[in-house]
Amino acid sequence: MVILDLELDAMAITGDSRSQFHVLAVDDSLIDRKLIERLLKTSSYQVTTVDSGSKALKFLGLQEDEQSNPDTPFGSPNNHQEVEVNLIITDYCMPGMTGYDLLKKVKESSSLRNIPVVIMSSENVPSRITRCLEEGAEEFFLKPVRLSDLNRLKPHMMKTKIKNQKQEEQELEISEIQSDEQQQPVQLPSSQPQPESQPQPQPPALLLQHNNNKRKALEEGLSPDRTRPRYNGIPTMV
Amino acid sequence: MDSVVLLQRQLVDYTAQLFNEGFLDDQFNQLQQLQDESNPDFVVEVVTLFFEDSERLLNELAKALEQQSIDYRKIDAHVHQLKGSSSSIGAQRVQKVCIAFRNYCEERNIEGCQKCLQQVKNEYSLVKTKLETLFKLEQQVLAAGGSIPWPMQ
Repeated sequence: MVILDLELDAMAITGDSRSQFHVLAVDDSLIDRKLIERLLKTSSYQVTTVDSGSKALKFLGLQEDEQSNPDTPFGSPNNHQEVEVNLIITDYCMPGMTGYDLLKKVKESSSLRNIPVVIMSSENVPSRITRCLEEGAEEFFLKPVRLSDLNRLKPHMMKTKIKNQKQEEQELEISEIQSDEQQQPVQLPSSQPQPESQPQPQPPALLLQHNNNKRKALEEGLSPDRTRPRYNGIPTMV
Repeated sequence: MDSVVLLQRQLVDYTAQLFNEGFLDDQFNQLQQLQDESNPDFVVEVVTLFFEDSERLLNELAKALEQQSIDYRKIDAHVHQLKGSSSSIGAQRVQKVCIAFRNYCEERNIEGCQKCLQQVKNEYSLVKTKLETLFKLEQQVLAAGGSIPWPMQ
């Protein structure tokens, strides 16, 4: 019974942590937009799709300075990124702005630079792949993109999450302490054999250590399953 | 009850045949994997888009090849799109003709291009008929109260 409950809980958390990630998908082909949207949603990501690089930049809140095209409205002059985007996945071959052009614009922008970019292309051209990776693309997917390819997205999103989290470190610490307090009744009895005999200084030190471990697990970001570190203690308890 | 099982078997056999004859490749299985209770018509939706897109492109190609001075870049762009959408739904034989088509385009070989347009039209109408038959069989299985045994592999 207990195991079943924990598994359900872990599943819920997995779904939740992924749906926090928002992916912007760019492709001029309607069929391929439908496909990438389903692929990403099946993998529990939030998805926004657009059909061109310039619409992607508009969504990201970046003004196009060079191409002053009066026909296309680009929102208010002081627009900025209102929706957080954790990853951009873009087709390479598009009319007008190519995926490579979009990649360059993102990497040249101080506000967007940290967003990971993944390029998709139906053609396996090594020089093209190298060019995109050198310009800062995280991955190059050959089309058609498959469900198994999407497993490679998450580590890149984790990295930027952590970058953002570092900027808001104090906020993070507060929330971590709060969540640790909630976990205390579970954690403390197993790790502290004599809770009553010791004086007060011990619990805060334990708390701190736990925080560090947690952050380390986050920073490594290598574990394919984000929930795993949280459940390290469970086998010893059952 | 028996008729449901028979229909299901017919559906499985027909699908297997489409794979064996190379009309479809594994990408079609991928599409089926993306279909679930929340998106029960995903495959039909995407394949219908493929039909609309292909018919538009085939018309454009026929027009482009009738011109006095042939714009090979334009033709190549159309064939590139057709190649992309056919590979996205797993219409393998259409995709293969597109590869040959683009090579003739690069060589500026008008006869080769015309031959490929005929071939790609044929392959397209073949796979369209086959997919429509497949969807009809699926509807019959569902109407008889059976479930669709996807994904197969």
